[in-house]
Amino acid sequence: MSRKTLTRRQFVAATAMSSAALITAPYVRGAYAAGKISIGFWDHWVPNANDASTAMVKAWGEKEKVEVSIDYITSNNNKIQLTVAAEAQAKSGHDILQMPTWWPHAYSENLEPLNDVMEPLIKQNGDVNGTVKYLGQSGGKWLAVPATPGSQIKGPCTRIDLMKKLAGIDVQEMYPVGGPPKADNWTLDTFLKAAEACQKGGFPFGIGLGETTDSVDTAGAIFQSFGAELVNAKGEVTVKTDAVRQALEYYKKLIAFLPPDAPSWDDASNNKWLISGRGAMILNPPSAWAVAKRDAPQVAEQCWTHGFPAGPKGRFAPYLPYFWGLWSFSKNKEAAKSLLTYLSQPSSIEKFVAASGGYDLPAYANMTTLKTWQEEGPPKGTLYHYPNPYNHQTLSIAASPAPPKIAQQIYFQATLTKMALRHAQGEKMEATLAWAEGECEGFMRS
Amino acid sequence: MADVVVEQGQAVRAARARKPTSLRNVLGRKSTVAFFLTLPLILLIALLVLYPAVYSVHLATLNKSMQKFVGFGNFLFLFKRDTFWMVVKQSCIFAVTAVFFKALIGFIVAHFVHNIPAKGQRKWRGMLLVPWVIPPAMSTLAWLWLFDPSYSAFNYTLSFFGIGPINWLGDNVWARFSVILVNIWYGAPFFMIMYLAALKSVPDQLYEAAAIDGANWWQKIWYVTLPMMRNIIAITALFSLIVTFANFDIVRILTSGGPLDQTHIFATWAFKVGIEGSDIPLGASVSLFMVPILAVAAIFILRDVSKRGNEA
Repeated sequence: MSRKTLTRRQFVAATAMSSAALITAPYVRGAYAAGKISIGFWDHWVPNANDASTAMVKAWGEKEKVEVSIDYITSNNNKIQLTVAAEAQAKSGHDILQMPTWWPHAYSENLEPLNDVMEPLIKQNGDVNGTVKYLGQSGGKWLAVPATPGSQIKGPCTRIDLMKKLAGIDVQEMYPVGGPPKADNWTLDTFLKAAEACQKGGFPFGIGLGETTDSVDTAGAIFQSFGAELVNAKGEVTVKTDAVRQALEYYKKLIAFLPPDAPSWDDASNNKWLISGRGAMILNPPSAWAVAKRDAPQVAEQCWTHGFPAGPKGRFAPYLPYFWGLWSFSKNKEAAKSLLTYLSQPSSIEKFVAASGGYDLPAYANMTTLKTWQEEGPPKGTLYHYPNPYNHQTLSIAASPAPPKIAQQIYFQATLTKMALRHAQGEKMEATLAWAEGECEGFMRS
Repeated sequence: MADVVVEQGQAVRAARARKPTSLRNVLGRKSTVAFFLTLPLILLIALLVLYPAVYSVHLATLNKSMQKFVGFGNFLFLFKRDTFWMVVKQSCIFAVTAVFFKALIGFIVAHFVHNIPAKGQRKWRGMLLVPWVIPPAMSTLAWLWLFDPSYSAFNYTLSFFGIGPINWLGDNVWARFSVILVNIWYGAPFFMIMYLAALKSVPDQLYEAAAIDGANWWQKIWYVTLPMMRNIIAITALFSLIVTFANFDIVRILTSGGPLDQTHIFATWAFKVGIEGSDIPLGASVSLFMVPILAVAAIFILRDVSKRGNEA
């Protein structure tokens, strides 16, 4: 049996070569040297809007040598919420998942803090509004990054012709293209008179009183315009206040001028109301207008998206941001953070807004005057005031400023619209308040 | 039964004579072979039915953030909520009314179909089963359009008779009526086909004997048809009660539980609380509350069926 001996020289040479290979190995970059990540985007309803997201993510992946897989998850029937719940429970799934409004707080224990991403972004893109901070932050910790796709304001989308003819209001003059709003007289009282005039003229405002988000968002903005809070920021029940009573009295008057079937409306009903030409106004992002462009162009060219009417305590517009959350169980957090930063760059935001035809809204102060909103039409400039370019209204979400986990219950149980409907259907004010107080006490569970 | 006796005898003898081969005997038993043959199915059921059931019980014992064990805390919380008791009441009204009318309509239609000459019967059977074979989410969407107060075919048709417009889904009473109606429309064909099968198994001689005794059609139904169909009626009613209690899609699509929560049933409210409200333990507790109600119904119905089986 022969035995090969290793000389001292051979041993030193082999050791040196192995060490060199080990040290240099991490710097040899293959096609996907920086690993893999997966991202779950909200499935956009605008045709081809997803293509823009795919192209951006692919470009980033190639540049950073990261293999990225993308899924588009619909929000129809709460599929995206179900995915968030399932992944949080399984502690497995996408690295980054797009989640609507309340979900970063609901699953805050499972989310990676993103202060190191958000702080530079705010410095670069401008500050974010109060609702984004309320929904995206907890105890100074950023739970998620505000996403441009899907974020929206549900302000009035008004028929120019009907409003002028029936209520004597020129919405284009009130919200002119290229200039600040001249909307001092655009108050809840004016809104009520216009609702009455349009109802008498056969074109009622299309405002739902159901349990889905559009109905709740409108109620939220009207309640906030009166300073009405069911639960305050400290988590105390504050139902039995004059502000809440005033809001309910106002709603009672308004409901008399709404379509009789409004209690059964869902989020598609107001869109149908506008597109069918039966109503003078709805409170919705410009999705109804965009569909009308295709299905009822004569309606679309008479639509104008603008600001909310002001109440005694200010002008509030319903705002629903989406977020991108990074799971704490993600296996490639650094790459995910890099992707989130990339998707929040001004150039990326501009692409998202353009691909969605102006529907998507960035959360950052410096990003509300993009070209898309100035140019979209017909009529040209119909979306100019949609992103709130002059900050003349406070972007808010229903049930705030209650602690988010309580507010989420108020929001999804549609307590505000139920209160308005109960009172309008003849229930005594104090009975409605007592019912709402009981409901809110039940929402305090932790 | 005889198999077991023989095998038990063999097993005893084998144990006395040759102890070391007992394993071979156990493996050689018919019951052991049967057990191994059904094992894949048992495992599948354990994975897809038992595990989720046990897991939902586990979830129902956690607090909202799912970090603390609270025992029956979620149920105690629910018992104090008015909305919960409203949902219990509505679920019972929904299920009992729908099952009653499904059974009644199924019984009547089954008789009609039974009396159609055999040649054309297959066509009718096929057509009448259509509501049951269309996925309910699809057919309920069509109903949603029919109920639409502004553009619906129903209100348009009623307007010719000077009736309406009826606020089908926006008025509390009409909304309850509508969800029950759609459930009946969807489920009645199942009863029809089950009752038709039962009717076909009733011997003609019994009717002939009843006719000789001078029984009229009502007496034939009461004294011949119904007693012969009792077990099928009971089993079908139980099966339908379980499915109707757990219904989700019809209410979700038509009303989402509204207006003012007046059409919520267990499954839709559990979804609202658990998924939309991010309170999964409470949602699990709501859906588990169906179990005792259905268990009581099942015990009564099945006890009655087995009693009659023993009498027979």
